[in-house]
Amino acid sequence: MSVLKSSPIYDLRDTGLTDSALDRFLTETWKTPSGLYGWLATVDHKIIGRRYIITAFFFFILAGLSAAAMRLQLAVPDNKLIGPDLYNQLFTMHGTTMMFLFAVPIMEAFAVYLVPLMIGTRNIAFPRLNAFSYWVYLLGGLMIWIAFALNSGADAGWFSYVPLAGPEYGIGKRSDFWAQMITFTEVAGLAVAVEIIATVFKQRAPGMTLDRIPIFVWSMLIMAFVVLFAMPAVMMASTMLILDRLVGTQFFNPAEGGDALLWQHLFWFFGHPEVYIIFIPATGFVSAILPTFVRRPMFGHLAIVMSLISIGILSFGLWVHHMFATGLPQMGESFFTASSMMIAIPSGLQIFCWIATIWAGRPIFKTPFLFVLGFIVTFVIGGLTGVMVASVPLDLQVHDTYFVVAHFHYVLVGGAVFPLLGAVHYWYPKVTGRMMSETMGRWTFGLVFIGFNATFFPMHLLGLRGMPRRIYTYPAASEWGTTNLLVSAASLLIIAGLVIFFFNIVLSLFRGESAGSNPWNAPTLEWAMQSPPPPYNFLRIPAVSHREPLWFDGSVLNVVCGLRVDTRELLTSTVADAVPELREPSVRNSIWPFLSALAVGAAFLASIFTPWAVVWGGVPIAIGLIGWFWPKGDPEDKE
Amino acid sequence: MKQRTIADLSNLPTYGFGAQSPMWWGTLAFISLEATGFALAVGTYFYLEFVASGWPIAAPAPDLGAGTLVLILLVASVLPNHLTDRWAKNQELRKTRLGLLLMSIFGLLPLIIRIWEFRALHVSWDQNAYGSILWLLLGLHTFHLLTDLGDTLVLTALMFTRHGRSGRRFSDVSDNAFYWDFVVASWVVLYLVIYIFPRWSA
Ligand code: HEM
Ligand SMILES: [Cu+2]
Repeated sequence: MSVLKSSPIYDLRDTGLTDSALDRFLTETWKTPSGLYGWLATVDHKIIGRRYIITAFFFFILAGLSAAAMRLQLAVPDNKLIGPDLYNQLFTMHGTTMMFLFAVPIMEAFAVYLVPLMIGTRNIAFPRLNAFSYWVYLLGGLMIWIAFALNSGADAGWFSYVPLAGPEYGIGKRSDFWAQMITFTEVAGLAVAVEIIATVFKQRAPGMTLDRIPIFVWSMLIMAFVVLFAMPAVMMASTMLILDRLVGTQFFNPAEGGDALLWQHLFWFFGHPEVYIIFIPATGFVSAILPTFVRRPMFGHLAIVMSLISIGILSFGLWVHHMFATGLPQMGESFFTASSMMIAIPSGLQIFCWIATIWAGRPIFKTPFLFVLGFIVTFVIGGLTGVMVASVPLDLQVHDTYFVVAHFHYVLVGGAVFPLLGAVHYWYPKVTGRMMSETMGRWTFGLVFIGFNATFFPMHLLGLRGMPRRIYTYPAASEWGTTNLLVSAASLLIIAGLVIFFFNIVLSLFRGESAGSNPWNAPTLEWAMQSPPPPYNFLRIPAVSHREPLWFDGSVLNVVCGLRVDTRELLTSTVADAVPELREPSVRNSIWPFLSALAVGAAFLASIFTPWAVVWGGVPIAIGLIGWFWPKGDPEDKE
Repeated sequence: MKQRTIADLSNLPTYGFGAQSPMWWGTLAFISLEATGFALAVGTYFYLEFVASGWPIAAPAPDLGAGTLVLILLVASVLPNHLTDRWAKNQELRKTRLGLLLMSIFGLLPLIIRIWEFRALHVSWDQNAYGSILWLLLGLHTFHLLTDLGDTLVLTALMFTRHGRSGRRFSDVSDNAFYWDFVVASWVVLYLVIYIFPRWSA
């Protein structure tokens, strides 16, 4: 402590303050100011998480509308409504948006909102990085969709194979927008993954040892690790692609020593784990919702955590196995099926634990629980078709047909969107302070569940009868017409269900019953504070001695005191045992992450047109980052 | 909910070093993902070598001089880097300032020499896939040198202002030193790939 004189500054602690005084001080310290500036500068994980969720649903709607347009076109044979060029853009935008702008971001968004609440802390780690990541994500999504509106939509499929997407065949700037959108979203995705890891490792409430971490939080932590090791691959791939297209590198050009398969290796190194990046958090939703509605703790807590970890690891092992087994990837599509095979063992264990929990519990059939049941049923069916496609002869038969489209929608919609819709109904009261309408919720579930099966089950048959994927129309003589009409009609049911869902969300904001702090009588910490949570989350930091603190710690919440209230401070603890270690300052709101994101966005966008943008863009980015990190004389900085 | 206070943590410190600090974990996470990126780029190098009929493609192996000089500089920088880390952990302001100045120089020099490295490759990025991956590897590492130099310069400037008298700054310096180790380690690997492998395989 040689040069540091302990400064005699006055600091105000929570110790001894009454609840109402404490609330006043903490609100003053943690609040987001109103007005445009506050809106752009906030670093509150709840506001950013909410934004992320809304934005991801916005992209979901866009991707859904593309799907609706495709179904309209395919409803009858020889349809002239949509030409081949637009159709190519539509399925590419649909797949790309669903995977990169909806599914992954929305899972991370739920983590951003919920993880800090569930582990008992006041903000996520690196809150400014969090704000930055949101803006970068938003800019990337807007960019690719504005390009689409200007008839420059990506058109080479969601995995953008070379040479189709390469300099020779990829026309205009279409694939460049695709490649840069990848850069945007992966920067955002990786940033959030780092935040989640640091938050879960270091910011858990005192006493929340490893074996007391909620399964939901485990699922998000494991997802973050998969993101950390998978996403660099697709960033690397898209960087090489854009370099090939813009400055004439030869990565994928066989004539000059490059290799088109290199793209597939790099893409699928990410692409295999990608499905699990979506699926692992979805099972986390299930394990959070289920105990609440069957009113007992999860059966086999440890087994579930272990199977989540092994799924995370397997998601990479699978790729290696795949490469060894086939040498050459005809894998593009069959990877969905192969992964659903490998997933069988740990997933089977999870399903067993879920069913055992329901069996031993006393179920209450509310909307979130219905979605969980829908998920389990779909998952079992999806598993069966997965085993079917996994047999090699059949796989070769159905390769690149609608059988594959059907199969991966069973995995993605059944395995991820169902739990997600359940999660929205479940946590909506916490986020808004109001209940969603149960009646509308049931309608949503019924329509989506029936519509989903009626849409995608017949696609299996279309595939078996030879209808290829990615075709913009088909002749009447193919005799695929009737089934296609049925499929298109059934997708209207899904749309109807989703319209009710969004209507329910908006209407309940005004009409919903007041929720109180814990409307479902749920066991985890996010239900300990009022709804919606105050800016500071917890009046005092909770101290945990059970896995289900709100069920077993009685009606009294154990808390610790001693934190400052005149500046943002939170508690960090040891990684394994959650023993309190530091009173760690947490940054204040700042406009700089937003400005930095604008600078980064402008550089990425301009780089599509000139490589020099990377050089010139460096200047505003550097200014943005310095503004971001330079201390502004915050009181906590003086220690 | 009613609350019962069971512990008073007023006396906890407000900053820590290494694994105590969330920033250290954040740095470790970033290092892991960047190392994955490097590993994939190196994997790409060997993949291209595997499909090529001869390696290096249509070019002599890169000249050793500049790259080796960078290697020597970077390895040598490990010593001042660790001294800086130790001084920061002991919160010795004057020595930490000195260490940071040294590290700024050690960050700048390799960047200058790097200009000659690109010339020593004897192949341009658009000539063939070998040239492309070489430029990518070198570019990636240069980018890391640049960002860490930027970070070091800003920290150095900070340490000479009143903000330097904050315990957290010392913790930042220590995390920066941690990251520099990664930049050095990754160069050792890339050096072997870029310069030694073509000679060894020939
Ligand atoms: C909810 C209603 C949905 C409908 C009606 C729907 C419909 C379709 C259709 C018809 C295709 C095939 C286009 C073709 O091959 O010609 C397709 C492709 C695809 N869908 Fe969906 N989809 C839906 C939801 C989702 C969701 C939630 C996801 C992901 C989370 C998703 C991911 C994909 C992907 C990755 C492709 C492949 C795109 C490509 O071939 O490049 N879809 N979808
Ligand atoms: Cu594969």
